[in-house]
Amino acid sequence: MLKFVVKRLLLLLPTLLGVVTLVFFMIALSPGDPARVMLGERASAEQLKKLRAELGLDKPLGQQYALYLGRVLHGDLGKSILTQQKITEELRQRLPATIELAFTATIFASIAGIVLGVAAARKRNTWVDYSTMTGALFGVSMPVFWLALVLIMIFSVALDWLPTGGRMDVRLYFTPITNFFLLDGIILLFKGEGGKIFFNALKHLILPSIALGTIPLAIIARTTRSSMLEVLKQDYVKTARAAGVPEWKVVYHYALKNALLPVITVIGIQFGLLLSGAILTETIFAWPGIGKWIYHSISARDFPAVQGGILFISVFFVLINLAVDLLYSVINPRIRLQ
Amino acid sequence: MDTKPIPADPGFWADSWHQLKRNRAAMAGLLIIACFALLAIFAPLLAPHNPLEQVIAARMSPPLSSGHLLGTDDLGRDMLSRLIYGGRLSLIIGIISVSISLILGISLGIVAGYFGGWLDKVIMRVIDIMLAFPYILLTIVIVAILGPSLMNAMVAIGISQMPRYARVLRASVMAEREQDYVMAERALGTSNFELMFRTILPNALAPTIVQATLGVGEAILSSAGLSFLGLGAQPPTPEWGLMIASSKQFITSAWWIVTLPGIAILLAVLGFNLLGDGLRDILDPRLRD
Repeated sequence: MLKFVVKRLLLLLPTLLGVVTLVFFMIALSPGDPARVMLGERASAEQLKKLRAELGLDKPLGQQYALYLGRVLHGDLGKSILTQQKITEELRQRLPATIELAFTATIFASIAGIVLGVAAARKRNTWVDYSTMTGALFGVSMPVFWLALVLIMIFSVALDWLPTGGRMDVRLYFTPITNFFLLDGIILLFKGEGGKIFFNALKHLILPSIALGTIPLAIIARTTRSSMLEVLKQDYVKTARAAGVPEWKVVYHYALKNALLPVITVIGIQFGLLLSGAILTETIFAWPGIGKWIYHSISARDFPAVQGGILFISVFFVLINLAVDLLYSVINPRIRLQ
Repeated sequence: MDTKPIPADPGFWADSWHQLKRNRAAMAGLLIIACFALLAIFAPLLAPHNPLEQVIAARMSPPLSSGHLLGTDDLGRDMLSRLIYGGRLSLIIGIISVSISLILGISLGIVAGYFGGWLDKVIMRVIDIMLAFPYILLTIVIVAILGPSLMNAMVAIGISQMPRYARVLRASVMAEREQDYVMAERALGTSNFELMFRTILPNALAPTIVQATLGVGEAILSSAGLSFLGLGAQPPTPEWGLMIASSKQFITSAWWIVTLPGIAILLAVLGFNLLGDGLRDILDPRLRD
């Protein structure tokens, strides 16, 4: 096992180097002068020169790359032009919001997806199966940002049940401890105000989680169904049935355990994607996470921020995928032998 | 020497079509796509109004009001006409984006699969690194760098989707490379270029076609998302994602301005997904008996 982990970690290094390199050259080789793009047409030659020097753009490309690599290795992603804050600091402030949303969306998608997938497999070729799979197909064909607006239209505007955006009502403002509001709510429970904070944060999470979780939900339901069908065909399931084990126990105890193996991988990959792909959802729900921040940085042409943001997210994404792989090899030892 | 390339088994495609016809879901997908294609081609004849024409007096008319079957938007433009022209645009975007990825992906995939060795290693390394970036993020960043426009959105989608085609094609080229018919052609002195593109490619293309069908749907979704963020089509273009974006402030007053373009996107993407899933069942060798 240790050998496997070490091997995977070593394989990771060239990928990470590639990611850093690609991110650097994507911005460095972009058409036009980044300084000009950032400052606009009316910038004076003085200003341009100053910014170029600040960003190191006046040095030869090779040297710029070496400097960039060195800074990244020291965990320095540079400064945002817009706020003059360190990009690592900007990311640190926003990461909890993004993780919290991705996490609740994944939980929602996993529970609903597995329940529906199992139901579809058990009732194969009945209306349960057909409607679940049709629903899943609609789920993957739907524009998420549109679904988000429709949800807001129904549940926030027409019914007035849920907030249209943000993480928390302004009147409940508190000093965050972990910046994961659900967690903060639980911690503060012992100090009185916590319950209100927890439920208010939860209320704000419902619509964005549904919007963000719809595509993963559809994918998880499909995977669960096909994996379950595969497992239900196995001899041990037939044997269990023949031995008179109650049907619910056969399905939920014996079959589901094995059927979930491929599903866990899918859930992990989807979680990684949600952390990175929440740009649209975060923007619509005014969710103060990394996705919305990257979108703002793009609109403001804050290239160092965009560069730092995509580098961070991509590395995060690679690491999560690695974690999923490793986790999978722990539950399914056959993988390690391949 | 006069050698003719061995054609892709004609029976294979005829047989596949026969199977596809029996797949009701795929046929439904094909029907949806055909409807959109007809609307796109005959848009000028079918659209009741000019999609850009503003009639301020008739602004925000609900569906079924006189002269406007699906109502008008906030500037009094006919929704139905805008949706029809939007469909034309979305189909074009889907096809151009996927063509860009196919050209890039097929070239890289066939070279990697055919030559193997260090060339294959280098190409696959680059592809793996591209796949390390989440698809949506990569697309958004490429547009951000190139500058927001519809053309750049298509280029960005094309580049971001490219790795999957390269991978799929490489795998099937590697499987075909050692087949007898390729060996025979090679023995006859056929050039590498001809072997790659005339002998192997037609026989290795099936899984790529499945990917491309699904890819058109995804490209339509992505371009709508980019336009929604202001990074794709620019106003007053009747683009579906852009129509949703500009309707945001009317979710309290005019549901149809928000809802209808989304349904149009959903239907179009659904069509390509239905057809793609059906094609996968038939064309993917892993599923074919």
